[in-house]
Amino acid sequence: MPRLEMWIAAAAFAASAAGAVAQAQSPYGIGRVATPAEIAGWNIDIGRDGSGLPPGTGSVSHGREVFAQQCAACHGDNGEGGVGDKLAGGQGTIATAKPVRTVGSFWPYAPTLFDYIRRAMPQNAPQSLSNEDVYAVSAYILNLNGLLPADATLDAKSLAAIKMPNRDKFVGDSRPDVKNPACMSGC
Amino acid sequence: MTEPTAIGKGLAVSSRRRFLREASALVGGVVVANGLPSSAASAATENTNNLPPSVPEWMKTPGAPMGSQLYGAPSPFEKDVIKNISKDLPQYLSASGRTPLQDLDGIITPNGLFYERHHGGVPSIDPAQHRLMLHGLVDRPLIFTMDDLRRFPSQSRIHFLECSGNPAYTKPFGKTASDLVGLLSCAEWTGVSLKLVLQEAGLQAGAKWVVAEGADAAALTRSIPIEKCLDDAMLAYSQNGERLRPQQGYPLRLLLPGFEGNMNVKWLRRLHVTAEPAYSREETSKYTDLMPDGTSREFTFYMEAKSIITKPSGGQRLTTPGFHEITGIAWSGHGKIKRVDVSVDDGKSWQEAQLQEPILTRALTRFRLPWHWDGQPAVIQSRAIDETGYVQPTLAELLGARGENSFYHNNAIWPWRIASDGEVTNAAA
Repeated sequence: MPRLEMWIAAAAFAASAAGAVAQAQSPYGIGRVATPAEIAGWNIDIGRDGSGLPPGTGSVSHGREVFAQQCAACHGDNGEGGVGDKLAGGQGTIATAKPVRTVGSFWPYAPTLFDYIRRAMPQNAPQSLSNEDVYAVSAYILNLNGLLPADATLDAKSLAAIKMPNRDKFVGDSRPDVKNPACMSGC
Repeated sequence: MTEPTAIGKGLAVSSRRRFLREASALVGGVVVANGLPSSAASAATENTNNLPPSVPEWMKTPGAPMGSQLYGAPSPFEKDVIKNISKDLPQYLSASGRTPLQDLDGIITPNGLFYERHHGGVPSIDPAQHRLMLHGLVDRPLIFTMDDLRRFPSQSRIHFLECSGNPAYTKPFGKTASDLVGLLSCAEWTGVSLKLVLQEAGLQAGAKWVVAEGADAAALTRSIPIEKCLDDAMLAYSQNGERLRPQQGYPLRLLLPGFEGNMNVKWLRRLHVTAEPAYSREETSKYTDLMPDGTSREFTFYMEAKSIITKPSGGQRLTTPGFHEITGIAWSGHGKIKRVDVSVDDGKSWQEAQLQEPILTRALTRFRLPWHWDGQPAVIQSRAIDETGYVQPTLAELLGARGENSFYHNNAIWPWRIASDGEVTNAAA
């Protein structure tokens, strides 16, 4: 075997033995393959259709307790807002001169609530709540907005099934939406 | 809407200007008639030992030795040129701090004065323990170390970044250029083309979006259309020649030239290639533009053409009639600046300003207009036109199209009022 081919064969063997080097079709061969376990540990994205929601359940009543301990200091006992955003109310105000944007009045997709609470809340300890607690807090916030009964329990399927009141009110970017005539004199 | 980017009530006028005002007051108020600059006038009442014909004290003794500062800092006399951070923000973890645009020259923002917007504080990341994961609709999901990313072919480009809420559409408007549009900065970025990194993993059919996630306490997530990812998007690790500052995403950030600031995800740790957007909180309940009819525009990526006069501007003072250069910055998320017009008569007539080279795509462009101030009250303003022909609008035009509650993407012309005593204030405030 010519020397170059031997080197290539040896390199290919080493690569396959290591099992982690990017394969030959990678233009630069930089980086290593991510394992399914690594991806599962980091991928916390939830789709608007509820894809990616984990197993588990949470009740409105448990959510009320978790909310009081973890959320109320910033968002108020009933989601009325404070240092943190107002979370409840405002339905019917979005098309008025004084819109009140909350989860109930503005957010288009309920699964986003789970996604955001799990990744970013509470602000002082994000990613510290169990999935059950995240379901429960989501359920409580939806209940505060009249979108879930007080005796309800939420899971992946029921969360994805909730239709948010403002869902159909999002449109594409229609800019440029103004036209300045660029007058130079006698304006 | 409660937004922590809102202007505070009492943003401080730089103490340097306060000094100038007080100093001129010492010599009997405004110096106009004799044309004597107020700085010379104020020095006359204080210390003349360093002025002609005397030899200045700093020539009579050696200066600081080599190594006095292992990382250089500005002169102590520039101690008031600092980030503009409101003192009455509702909180400081999800908050913003502004570049003092009116105190800077040229088009490059010093790294220490680059504007900041964080959604969960500034993380302290050990680059040896940082990883970028690329997964989803790819042939080979990959993990990169920082060393890996620096092995790719690199590129350097100058681009601005601007927060989409810069400024709001309603009062109170700020006093200075920084108060108004200080969530804007420009730097030379170095990194690897995102296209190269995506090709390394191999995009699959149906790959239409890339969801980018930061390694901060907000795990901030935004969805980027694949067309942008395969165009001029960059994974940046350096800014103005040095590694990114922690406030700018150290050790790695996404750079999407011309797109609103928050999409340029900092502390970048994950790229999820998908068929549709994530519809994350930051692209539904925030960073969507509410219209008077109750609809909200989503995925409003581009920062449209805009400009502002930085000198003379709010908080400054013309000390004498006569020659003054009007200068400012213009920029467009859609490409190069083609022209900047300036009016010095409250918008009745406009003239073309000089553009300073280089004029770069999606970068700040410096403009200048020589001007003779006659000492009468005046209103000055600038108007940018980009290479697509788009003309920067008036605030009235924007309010007419969008109402008062759309919050984001206000790129209005901003007028400054110059009083007969030379004081410059916000004419729209």
